[in-house]
Formats: sequence, C-alpha cells, structure tokens
Amino acid sequence: MPQNEYIERWQKQHGKRLDHDERQRKRQAREGHKQSHDAQNLRGLRAKLYQQQRHKEKIQMKKRIKAQEEKNVKSAAPDEPSKTPLPQYLLDRSQETNAKALSSAIKDKRNEKAAKFAVPLPKVKGISEEEMFKVVNTGKKTHKKSWKRMITKPTFVGNDFTRRPVKYERFIRPMGLRYKKANVTQYVYSGTIAIPELAVTVQLPILSVKKNPQNPLYTQLGVLTKGTIIEVNVSELGLVTTSGKVVWGKWAQVTNTPENDGCVNAVLLV
Amino acid sequence: MATLYPPPSKRQKLAQADRAREQQELDTIPSDLGSVRVQFYDQATGQPTGPAVSVPVADANVKNLETLLNTLQGNEDDERVPYRFAYHSEKEGQTIDILRDVYHSLLEPGVKTTEDTVSLFYTPQAVFRVKAVSRCAASIAGHGEAILATSFSPVNSSTMVSGSGDNTARIWDCDTGTPQHTLKGHTSWVLAVAYSPNGAMIATGSMDNTVRFWDAKKGTALGGPLKGHSKWITNLAWEPYHVQESGRPRVASASKDSTVRVWDVVSRVIDHVLTGHKSSVTCVRWGGTGKVYTASHDKTIKIWNPKDGTLLQTLSAHAHRVNHLALSTDFALRTSYHDHTGKVPETEAEKRTAAKKKFEEAATVNNTIVERLVSASDDFTMYLWEPSTSNKPVARMLGHQKEVNHVTFSPDMAYIASAGFDNHVKLWNGRDGKFITTFRGHVGAVYQCCFSADSRMLVSSSKDTTLKIWDVRTGKLRMDLPGHRDEVFAVDWSPDGQKVGSGGKDKQIKIWRN
Repeated sequence: MPQNEYIERWQKQHGKRLDHDERQRKRQAREGHKQSHDAQNLRGLRAKLYQQQRHKEKIQMKKRIKAQEEKNVKSAAPDEPSKTPLPQYLLDRSQETNAKALSSAIKDKRNEKAAKFAVPLPKVKGISEEEMFKVVNTGKKTHKKSWKRMITKPTFVGNDFTRRPVKYERFIRPMGLRYKKANVTQYVYSGTIAIPELAVTVQLPILSVKKNPQNPLYTQLGVLTKGTIIEVNVSELGLVTTSGKVVWGKWAQVTNTPENDGCVNAVLLV
Repeated sequence: MATLYPPPSKRQKLAQADRAREQQELDTIPSDLGSVRVQFYDQATGQPTGPAVSVPVADANVKNLETLLNTLQGNEDDERVPYRFAYHSEKEGQTIDILRDVYHSLLEPGVKTTEDTVSLFYTPQAVFRVKAVSRCAASIAGHGEAILATSFSPVNSSTMVSGSGDNTARIWDCDTGTPQHTLKGHTSWVLAVAYSPNGAMIATGSMDNTVRFWDAKKGTALGGPLKGHSKWITNLAWEPYHVQESGRPRVASASKDSTVRVWDVVSRVIDHVLTGHKSSVTCVRWGGTGKVYTASHDKTIKIWNPKDGTLLQTLSAHAHRVNHLALSTDFALRTSYHDHTGKVPETEAEKRTAAKKKFEEAATVNNTIVERLVSASDDFTMYLWEPSTSNKPVARMLGHQKEVNHVTFSPDMAYIASAGFDNHVKLWNGRDGKFITTFRGHVGAVYQCCFSADSRMLVSSSKDTTLKIWDVRTGKLRMDLPGHRDEVFAVDWSPDGQKVGSGGKDKQIKIWRN
C-alpha cells in the first residue's frame, strides 16, 4: 500500500509523462488479455481469490448492461408499471410473487383423466425392510423373540400421540427423526407446465401422511420417504375454493430424501 | 397399526366442562336496582327533549328507550324513528355509546349510579332498512381486462359505471344485467370513475394521463381528452352540488405527478393547479364547505381553497404515505338531492336547496357545521381530523397490523370502517375514533369496503375472491358472497341500498341483490 499520495504529488510537480495517455490506452486495451491469462494460469489460493473477485465484477457488469438495455427501449405509449392491470391503490407497491392456483388452469388439468392421478414423482426406488427397520433386542424377552422394531427413517407423528406401554410397543419412532413441518413449494401451471419463476416456497405444518408408496404399513406409521404424499396445513396461504370456503388442508408430495437432508421438501399437488 | 388416539385425559375433560359452564352464564340485569332518571338531549342541537324520566333499570334497554323517546316527542305509531343513544359527560369529555342497555354501558362500569340523572344524547337512525344482499343477480362479461374501479349512479341503483384495464369504461344496466354503453377513448387503463352529483355526467381518469367526461345517459364523450397531468390519474372528485356555480360544475383530479388539477367541465379548461405535494397524490375529496382535501405519498394531507387555488392547511402526523381519505359527509355529498324516496326536486334552485339542506343536516353537530376527515396510511394507523378547528388530529386509530388501504364513514357518520392488508376490516367510532370491533373472516388482503345506505351493514371486497357482508351492530358476518374467480378490486353499494356491484381481476362485473 502506498503511504502517501506520492504519485499525485509527483504529477503535480512535474506533470505527466509525455506518453502517459498512450500507455494508459494500451494498458486498458490489453486488460482483457491479462484477465484471461490470470484466469487460466493462477493456481491455488490466488486463483480462488481471483475468481471470487471476477465473479463479483461480472455480476455488476451484467446489472449495468441490463440497466443500459432498459434505458434504450423507446415506447410511445405511457409506461405501464406492470403487464396486468392493477387498481390505483396497488400501483406503487412492490408486488411480492404470489403463487396462486389459477382456478381455470386447475380445472382444465383435473378434467384430463390421466392427470387426475398424476403426481410430480410417479416412481420411486423401493426400500427394503432391512433398511427401514432396525431390530431392537434389549432385555431378555425381546432379545429372545426379536419382535421389536426401530424405524430408521424420518417420520411424522401426530400431535396427540402417546406411546403405548413398552411391553406392547412394536414399532419405535425415534424422537430425533420426527418432523412437524415441510418446506412446500407451490407452482403456477400454464397448461400442464409449471412456471418456476412464479413458484413460492413456504414452511407449512404437516397434518398427516396420506400415502407412502413403499408399503401401506409405512403410511400408518407416518414414514416420510421420497414420494410420500402428505397433507399440509395451507390456511396461511389464504387459498379459497370457488364456493368461498377457505382451503385448510392440501396434499403435497415429498421430493427429497429427508433422512439425507435433514428437512422435508414437498410440492403442492393441484 | 393405525394411530389410535387415546381417550381424553381427566384434565382435558375438566377443562371442557369448565368452558361449557362459563359459556352458559348470561349477562343479565339484576332486578333489584330500582330505577334511574334519564334526560334526553338532541345530538344535533344539544337541547333537552322532554322532562327527565324515571326508568326501571331492568327495562332500560335501547328498544324501550326508543319507544319512550318516540312517545315523548309525540310520534304516531307509523312515524316512529329508531334512535341511537350515547352518554356524554361535559366534565370528563367522554362519550359512551349505549349498545344494549343502560346497566351494562353505564352502571356496571361505575360511570353513573342509580342516584344520578343520566343525560343521553340521541341521534335518529335511518328509517328505512337495507336488506342484506344475498345472491348474485347478474354476472356480466364484457370487459377484456381486469376491472379497476366501479361506481353506482347517485340517482338510483339501476346504472353503474366501471373502469377497466382494457382502456374502456362501461355503463351497465343493473336491472336487466346488460351492458348499456361502452365509453371508448382512453389509450390506457381507466383507473378512476366518478359520477357527477346530479348523475348526468361521468368523469374518468386514466393511466394515459388524461381526464375525460361522458354523458351518462347517452354514453357519448363530451369533447376530447383533457391533458395537463404528466403522470396517471389516481382519483377524481366532483364539486358538491350545492357549492357549484350554476351551470359550471368542476372536477378535481389527483395524479401521480404530485399535483391536483381543478377542471371546469363546461369550458374544459384548468381552473387551478394545486401544487405543493412532494409526491404522488393518492386521494382527493371535495368537501361540502367548499374545501379540497388531498392525501399524498409525502405523508401529508393538504387542504386547499379551490376558489383561488391557495393552500389553507397542512395536516402532518402520519409517518408513511397516506393512502385514502374519507369525509364524514361523503354520502350526503355523493347523493346530493337524491334520497331513498326517489323524488327529485323540479327546479334547479330547489335541487340546490335540497342538496344544501341534506349536507347541513349531515354535518351539523351542536349547531355548528363540522366536517370530519379520516385518513388511512401505510404506517398501519389512521387519524381522525377536524380540520376546521385544529391542525392536530382528534384521535389516532391503532390496531391494524399491516397497511391500511381504505377507510369509509358510514352514511350516518356514527362509524368508520377501515380495510387493511392484514385481512381484517375494523370498525371505529366515528365521533371519537374509539375502536369498536374487528371483522375477521377474510383470508386475503381486504381492498375496499362500503357501508349500506342505512349504516347497518358493510360490504368488503378482498384478494381472497370473496365479498363479505358484515353486520355493524353485532360485529358478525352476515353473508358470505363467493363467486368471483379472482381478486375483487372494486366494490360499491348503491346509494339506495338495493344492489352491490363488484368487479375484479376475473373481468366480470357481478351485481348482487337480496
């Protein structure tokens, strides 16, 4: 780091070199070559730092280009702030992206017989019983008969569940693997294609497990694996049926493997 | 192994039994309290009516007081007037509404005892009753884009005008549910529509920065666009009928370009440009005392004299943009000389006196003409103002948890209703701004609300695609009106109370009736 503004001072006293501008121009002209050289040849930590800085620069550059392009557009008509007409009181407000189930789109979709039972993940890989259950053999009797099982996958357990007495408890659902909430994504469909730009993800409470594709027993146990259909509480999304009733529960399908990720992600079904 | 729920525990059972017991307790009036002396006063004049009367406490409910007061005034059976009562004490300056009976409002909280003489101020309620609309009478397609504003004609409920995103405004025949006229001319969305107080003309303001006037009967344009604003028009207000110079009505238009322009409708020129706001003007109201009230994004409300275009007052208390204004006399000014009987005075002079009388009746409190103003803001609060007496607000109304988008005064000025983006409609006392109740039920932002002509009901329109009718007295949902397929942007209750018109993003006008 320079300790003082000595270059400026020198320039004030003596003036610039006669070929200063020319050198400046040439250096700028070669800037691209230098960047390219650095990008290709730097190694190790310096490469990492360089790429980080370059990444930031590129973001700024793209933003500027975009702003420039917007400025260049000429229109005769008065600028309307949005495509869809809005009343006066909503005009100057930033519109949050609202995923809204467009009712007509949904109706069209439901009318197709095939689409009625279509889900985002139609097929999932099977899970064997050995993988799902661990045999619990604590205590003499249990050890002898080996009839007690611990579930090794995440589960949903209802709010008011109480465990049965140890003697009668056949399946143990570990506390650490219980989930109450799911990150639910709602897509807006145009026809049958989802528009990712209008998707909204919210964390919603799980109400129940409707269907586990692996085994009906897992449905009863509330096991959350990839492809499981769950019911979520959508009351805070403010959805309304055509008859004006507030939609409370809606079905969603789990899209990730919760035991690997530590969270439940799901897609709302239409 | 289905998840079987265990039977409820003893604690749960006890709690339930407790709750059941609590609910059974009714608030009854003890019968051993004897009687209380009641003196009636007229709210408008402040004069006592009749002598002080002794009333048994057990029977001193609103219904009986009403009968008593009618008898004191010598009203015959067929001309009995429903009244609302309020207790007002000079010393503490507090006002308490008698909601059900004297005991629960005054005696039980210890405001008065049975030894005192209770002075009750009465205000007449509307003698007619509006029936709650309950069904969709017509669902009319026609607009090609979302409907952004609606307004009923002040004359009766048979015509309505709507402004839309398809660059047109349309006049609808609400009796038959058919389109009457299409007002074409604007080159962008029509954001504001307003009927003139005599119902003969319509003003529309648009995104294309122009204002246009139309003949309401024939649906033809009265001349071309009025240019002047440099940004879109946000709101329009007609000069009240009794203030107008004869044959020279005027309109004030508020715009995003932070000015308000007062237009002469006949000679089609700008009378005055009211400049002073520093940001978009969101709302304009023309009061019955001849002042223009404007609210703006620059956090202030300004009051102008439209005669010479000077600024009279600036009211600043809000901490964020002001979204909407309502005057206590809005309903009287909107309907001018039209009333629920449908009789229209014959000559111009008679009309003017009728309109003036109606305004003065509405605005007179204690023999002075008082126009109150309520403003809703993005700072989640509302303020009640009395601009003629002070630059300071009368009351601050707290309670909304998100931006307040819309406020209205009830036609009898007893209530203020506010609609907010927090899904609630709240009801406040129109006199002192005290909180009364919250109407819960919408599950999306509430955009607009409108009182019925008799002030007994309120309709609100919401983002959750429904309209809801609320009962003002009980604070309960009266009627749920689903049917719109998308957000409902605009709603209006016709001044005669017959119909409700609504429109929104689903491009359909819906007419609701009982």
